[in-house]
Amino acid sequence: MSDTAKDLHSEYMVINMGPSHPVTHGTVKFLLTLEGETIIDMKVDIGYLHRGFEKMCENGTWEQVIPYTDRLNYVSPLINNVGYALAVEKLIGIEAPQRCQYIRVIASELARISDHYTNVAASGLELGAFTAFLYFVEARELIWDLIEMLCGARVTANYVRIGGLKNDLPDGFKTKSRDVFKRCRELWADVDKLLTKNRIFIDRVRNVGVMPPEDAIAWGFTGPCLRACGIPYDVRKFHPYLVYDQMDFEVPVGETGDNFDRYLVRMEEINQSMRIVEQALDKMPTGPVNVDMPEYRWQSKDDISNRIESMIFHFKTVTEGIKPPAGEIYSAVEGANGELGFYLVSDGSGKPYKCRVRPPCFPLTAAMPKMVRGSFIADIIPTFDMINMIGGECDR
Amino acid sequence: MEANITTNKLSARFSDSIIETHSHRGDETLVVRKQDIQDICQFLRDDTELLYNFMMDLTAVDYLGQEPRFEVVYHLYSLAFNRRIRIKTRVSESDCSVDSIVSLWPSANWFEREVYDLYGITFKGHPELRRILLYEDFQGHPLRKDYPIKKRQPLIGPNC
Repeated sequence: MSDTAKDLHSEYMVINMGPSHPVTHGTVKFLLTLEGETIIDMKVDIGYLHRGFEKMCENGTWEQVIPYTDRLNYVSPLINNVGYALAVEKLIGIEAPQRCQYIRVIASELARISDHYTNVAASGLELGAFTAFLYFVEARELIWDLIEMLCGARVTANYVRIGGLKNDLPDGFKTKSRDVFKRCRELWADVDKLLTKNRIFIDRVRNVGVMPPEDAIAWGFTGPCLRACGIPYDVRKFHPYLVYDQMDFEVPVGETGDNFDRYLVRMEEINQSMRIVEQALDKMPTGPVNVDMPEYRWQSKDDISNRIESMIFHFKTVTEGIKPPAGEIYSAVEGANGELGFYLVSDGSGKPYKCRVRPPCFPLTAAMPKMVRGSFIADIIPTFDMINMIGGECDR
Repeated sequence: MEANITTNKLSARFSDSIIETHSHRGDETLVVRKQDIQDICQFLRDDTELLYNFMMDLTAVDYLGQEPRFEVVYHLYSLAFNRRIRIKTRVSESDCSVDSIVSLWPSANWFEREVYDLYGITFKGHPELRRILLYEDFQGHPLRKDYPIKKRQPLIGPNC
């Protein structure tokens, strides 16, 4: 008996999962310590997509940061645009015109819808539900058609400007969005039927990756993963920005904080976001979309060519950048993954002194070991899917 | 009045620790002494009238040419009272370290590692202080203002 035990491999096995693994959408490495199939310990290694976002921002003008923000959470770039523009506007002390605020709400919600589609679709795919993936990718394409109509780009939008927008809402946007949403709702119902009561799917996600509410707070969870624990914290409700206080929408919350609740919260948020877009389109006031302050927002081409002050300010803002007064602010918006915060420090010059992003998926990824310790190696997949780590945002 | 309850309570409790307070665009900021940061954070988290239970963000700023050179910035959020507060503490280049708050909020773990990685500020009592976004052999701390933007790093790997 003792001889047999000596020959058994009873020590733990340490394996690398990643940095390039078919089911980790995002480049991340897990160093796993396993006992059979059970995870004893896990170390998460990130940074593979680090490109020095803050250093780049500190060496460009305030306006030049906007394309960089597209590449943070590249599944919902419009929310990053809006978050950054709002932060700089708070630093300057200006507010965008009403019509601009409505369009920004529409842009944010379209981005949120496409983000949740991607997340649910990819999770389904990685658990073997290929049909659900195809349906939601079709829906995402339709939403991207709308975003393309809005700003000309499908992914890296670069649409919002400090004190305004690149362009007004295009003609026929309302009609087109009505058609798109009709089709998207059909696709949503199909995916709901395919996944929500699917025995195989439920077995993989229910009671997996559970996070109790008090732990979720201590680990800095925000967004759908926090709401899945039953805490209704949503920046749109708790610190209303833009015109979210005039919108009628619900914040879905879960009960157990497991992966199934995270899935359900995201599915319901898709519907709520569509409601917000429809209300915003109905209530949309007329008027300008840019602030009339040539020192912060470019005037129209016509003015630049024909009015001397506009031309001077245009020259100054292009060569030196806009100059927010010295100071520091923190401004948060509800990103698709949670609270997307910007901490900006200005020294009064044309370049940001400090441009810090609080990435919502960074603390979520940090909690991965806590969520999977003691469970099976296969449980990593749904848990990692549902925290929706986006490399561009996590590593910056 | 409502917004200043945090400042008032902290001033009453830690009168010697608070170096300055200010409010800019509605953001309350407190600059506190470095050695008290752990006690102050614990008080903010546990006091029943404050309950700052979220450690939302932790970062640093390099004010090159000033003394002390660095500021470590904490953004806390209270879910119960829906309030935010910014706590800052100043760290000099010669004694480039501050007490870790990982024992209070596990979320601080990765944020402190990031500040260590990019600014070179060490956190005393941190369970695993090593680089997070960059690799182990990286030389220097890129978000310091005296790190040149075009600096090249030596190649690493088995064939170098």
